[in-house]
Parts: sequence; C-alpha cells; structure tokens
Amino acid sequence: MDSALSRVLFLFFRRMRTPLIVLILTYSISAIGLVLIPGTDADGNTWRFDFFHAFYFVSFMGSTIGFGEIPQEFNGAQRLWVAVSIWVTVVAWLYAIGRIFTLTQDPAFTRATTEARFIRSVRKISQPFTVVCGYGETGVLLVRSLAYRGIQPVVLDQDQLNIDSVQLENLGMDIPAFCADASVTQHLVEAGLHSPLCRAVVAITDSDEVNVKIAVTAKLLQKEIPVIARAGVKEAVDNLASFNTDHIINAYEVFGEHLAMTQRTPSVHLLHAWLISLPNRTLQPPVTPPQGKWVICGYGRFGSSCARYLESEGNEVTVIERKEEKAPEGSIVGRGTEAGPLISAGIRDAVGIISGTDSDTNTLSAIMTARELNPDLYLVARQDRRADTAIFEAAGLDLIMEPSRIIVWRILPLITTPLLSRFLRLLRAGTENDAWQVRERIAAVCGGVTPETWSFKIKPDETAALWDALEQGETVCLEHLHRKPSNRDRMLPCIPLLLARGDRTFMLPGPEMQLRSGDRILFTARAGTRRVMDWGLNNPKVLEYLVTGIESPDGSVWRWMARQR
Amino acid sequence: MNLEKVVFGFFILLALTLNFGFVLGDIDNPDHHHAYELWAAILVSLIATVLKFGDRSHMGAVLLATSLVADLQLIMAAFVWAMATHVQGGTDAQIMPSVVSLAGGALLANLASGVLLIIETATLRR
Repeated sequence: MDSALSRVLFLFFRRMRTPLIVLILTYSISAIGLVLIPGTDADGNTWRFDFFHAFYFVSFMGSTIGFGEIPQEFNGAQRLWVAVSIWVTVVAWLYAIGRIFTLTQDPAFTRATTEARFIRSVRKISQPFTVVCGYGETGVLLVRSLAYRGIQPVVLDQDQLNIDSVQLENLGMDIPAFCADASVTQHLVEAGLHSPLCRAVVAITDSDEVNVKIAVTAKLLQKEIPVIARAGVKEAVDNLASFNTDHIINAYEVFGEHLAMTQRTPSVHLLHAWLISLPNRTLQPPVTPPQGKWVICGYGRFGSSCARYLESEGNEVTVIERKEEKAPEGSIVGRGTEAGPLISAGIRDAVGIISGTDSDTNTLSAIMTARELNPDLYLVARQDRRADTAIFEAAGLDLIMEPSRIIVWRILPLITTPLLSRFLRLLRAGTENDAWQVRERIAAVCGGVTPETWSFKIKPDETAALWDALEQGETVCLEHLHRKPSNRDRMLPCIPLLLARGDRTFMLPGPEMQLRSGDRILFTARAGTRRVMDWGLNNPKVLEYLVTGIESPDGSVWRWMARQR
Repeated sequence: MNLEKVVFGFFILLALTLNFGFVLGDIDNPDHHHAYELWAAILVSLIATVLKFGDRSHMGAVLLATSLVADLQLIMAAFVWAMATHVQGGTDAQIMPSVVSLAGGALLANLASGVLLIIETATLRR
C-alpha cells in the first residue's frame, strides 16, 4: 500500500539525478580550482587555500555572490576563477531548483502524490465507511445523504471536475475522493475495499458496464461486503444477479414503479419519503395523480417504463416521441414542445401529462405548452439535473419525479438501516390500506415533521440492560420499551415498524409482543425519542422500572433498608 | 552495450580505486595520504550515490545503502581532518591515523559495492 508513496519518492529521485550531479560537480570543481590556484598575501608570499577553507568559501559563494575574500585578499588568478565559479554555481542552482518546481507540476508526480494522499486519508478513517463509485447526480445526492447521517463515504469518480466538487461541498466531514477508474481493482483496494471498516460498495456510475465490473471485483475480493449496483438495461441486471450482487437497482424500473405507486398506493410512495428523510423536516403531503388518459412526452427508457407501469394500473396512455424508430405503435411522432403533436395526442381530454426528455428545458417547455392547451392537467415532470430544482419548483408542477432521488431512496436504507429496507419492501408488496394506517399513525405521533427511524439489535453491546434481563429469563414486552422512563404511565411517541427474529419478520408488532435476545427491531418516532428509549435499553434500573413500575434502591445500604421494611 | 551501465560501473569502480589509493600507505604518515585524493574520492562517491537514486530493484537498494555508508565514512574522515587541523590546531601527523581508518571503513563499503556489481553482472545471462 505504501507503493504509491514510494513511487513518488523514486520518481522524485530519478528525475533529480542530473541536477544533483550537476550541483556536486560544479561545487567540487570550484573548490578544487581554489585549492590549486596559488594566492599572494600582502607581503608577496605565496599561499594556498586548504580544502576546508575552499569548501567554506564555495559554500557561500554561490548563494551570496562572493560575500568577501577570505581568509586573505585574493590575487588576480583567484578572482578570475571565483568569477567563473559564481556564474557556474548560480546557474547550477537555478537549474536544480527549476527542476524541483517542474517536477512538482509534472502530471505523473502530482497524480502519484494525490493517490498517496488519498490512500493515507482512507487509512486514517476510524469509523465504518461506504465506497461510492460514481459522483454524478445520484452520487452527489447519496454522498450528501450519507454525510448528513454521519456515515463516512469514500468517493471514486473518473472525472476530475466531479472530484473537485466533492472537496468544495461542505458536508462537515473529510471525504476522501480520488479521480480514477473505479473498475480497476487497484483503485477499489485503495479506496478501502480490504479494510475491516468497509461496510458497502455502491456502484452508481453512468455506465452499466463499469458498474458490473466494480460489482464483480468487489464480490471476488471481499465476499462479505454488500455490493449495491445500479443498472439500466436488462442484460446488466441479469449479469449482476448472476454473481450474487446483493442489491441491484434498475433506475428506470424503480422510477416507473414509484410513478405507478403514486396512483395505486400513494401512501407507500409517501412513506418512502417520510421514513428515509432526515428527521424534523416538514412532512410532505400525499400526492394522488388521477386515473384516466395520460400523455407521455419522450419514450426513452424512462418514458417506456412509465408507460408500462401506468398501463398496468389501468390508465390509457398516448406517447409522443420525436424519433420515429423509437416510438411504439399508436403513438404520435413529433415534438412534445409543440402544440400540434400534443393536440393530436388528445391533450384536451387527458387527465395528466408526464414529461421526461433528455433535456430539462424541453421537459418544462412541453409542460407549459400542455398547460396552455388544458389548464386542468395533472402535471408530472422528470427532473434530470439537480441544478434545475429552482425552475422546476417555480413551474408549479403537481409532481416532480427525480430519478436520482428515488434511487437514493432505495440505496440509503440498505446502508444505514437494512431493516428499513426490508420494511419498505414489505410495504410495496402490501396493500394501500395497510400503508395508509401506518401513515396515519406516523402523522399522529410526529406532529407534522418527519420522524426519526432507526433499528437496534438486542445484544450485549447495543442494549446491555435489555440483553441481561432477557438472559436472566425475565419477560419484557414491546410495550415496556414504549413507556417513558420519567413516568411509565405515559407513552413515548414511537411506533415499532418491524421486528425481525431469525428468518421471521413481524410487520407492525403489537405492544404485547414478547422480546427475545437477538431480535432486531425497527422503530420510527418523533426526533429525539431514540435517546430517551436508549436509556431504558442500557440502564438496568430504568428497565426494571419500565417493566415492573418498582424503583429499586441502589447502594447496599438502601437495599438493606428496603429489605428491612 | 548499455551506456548507462558503463557510466554506472565506471563511477562505482572509480570510487573504489580512489578510496583504495588514499588508504594505501603507512597509516600515520601524512605524506602517504594526500588531501586531493580524499577530495576526489568524496566527489566520485557522491556522484555514484546519486546515480543509484531511483533504482527500485533489490540490488539497487543494497547498492544505494553501501554507497551511502561510503559517503558517510569519507565525509566523516574529511570532517575529522578539518576539525583537527583548523579548529584544534593539531598537525596532520597527529590526526592521520583517524582519517585513514575512517576512509578504510569507506573502502570496505566500496568493496561491497564492487562485489555486488560483479555478482549482478555475473548472474546476468545475456
């Protein structure tokens, strides 16, 4: 691992060979010249420099241009030699120093130093970290979300501009970032793949091929580290699945799925936003796009996924696509930004429009034109670039779908709280009614702001008191954890979402549920509740009070007195 | 023939021969040990060291180490000589045994360099 640093040193020395030899030669020749040339003192006697004084004189001659004539005044021959020597040594110095500066500007040298610095900063990380490969739209959002949650990211990206922007972002932690091809094994290793602190590798570059390569490398080198990869086309998805990539996220599918969700199970879509969001943000209101005839502008991978999911929800879908060869049967060929194609697609009697083209400008332009033609339309737009957030918000849309945000919704809980990921999966498979009930309970508990969602496992180092109590055969129910340590008749504003026991999972476990060692529980609660609950989980006395209502005295004297009573 | 190898071998052997020439003679007789020869030995030894910079092979690392030892010994010899005659005001004859024995140490290191160079050349089957 030191190789990058030693490479820097070797490169430095190798390039410095010539200037160093030039310096040594000029200095020693100047010195020997002084020793060889006889001098004349004031009395006309001949004297000679000895090596010691010659070395001394030459040492300061080059840098001070002859500070003075010592140990005695020089004669003509000596002055001539010193004049030549000054020129030669000064030039030699300039040459050597110039070489050092050129070397520090050398691309190979700067790259080697940045690499060495990157390796060092990765090795300095003392908390669990996640390797994020690809710092595009999704990568930026993911890294930011991870940093806000206190999880250390390490970034690899092929574009130096992206890497520079990592350093410019102020995320409250030092994020090691390196400009390199993440699919090269060495770079993944340098990013900390072999570190015991590496928690996950996320491959979200723009290229499916690179993502597959990253996933293969990570899986081969470190079997136990979870790999999360994004894929766009089916072949890549199948390829990733073939070597047990832990989580494959098909951006386009996920996008369509969420769009369909807003119609069939709006609560499920909303719960994604609520549970994954940082605590204490305003709760987003539910979105309910109407059912009926929809117009889709742009039939790329996003458009086709939307059309498929909308049709499966029983909507009538008409597509407007610019390129004839891409357009499906029965669609209108033309530009969605013009009134003509929109009218022929039946925009006047449609309930909504989904606009998602390659350019955000065209996307918004299509929306504006459509609204002119039919002011009652439900407007859905796909936002491609985060930088355009302001204009999308100003456009007065009913629903903005940001693919990168939705992908981060899927990735984030996998890294932060895997149990939440499982809960959301169960929600997606469940009915709207179930999700609606969860939503109502959360809204009631949290009072208008987003909840804090976390999970813990009943084990000695996480929940010491609870573990001990259960190991001693005491019965602790879920409801005991809900009680307030300050007054057990009051309840904490929290909801247990999921309890995992071995392979079994219990959705929304009831208060009477008995706990066992090794259980993993997912809670959502008003922000700040977690700290209060941790008290009971780790303090045996508080736990005893929560379970039995008895405040047992501590200290042997008080205990003895309590027994006497 | 490789010019780089010629220059490299030349300086290593020259460092060895100059060093040997300086050490040769009665250890306490200043007439047998000339300052010019020590100066030449230091100069060539320094150049030989710089030539070994940046060689990442194992042999290169050992050669660099022996060369640094030789430099150190020779510079110590020159330093001791200058110290005794110019700072403490002694004579050449008094200090000569120390100077020559320090240079003799450097001779051993240079000898090691030379042997390594010969071994490397001998194992090269081309």
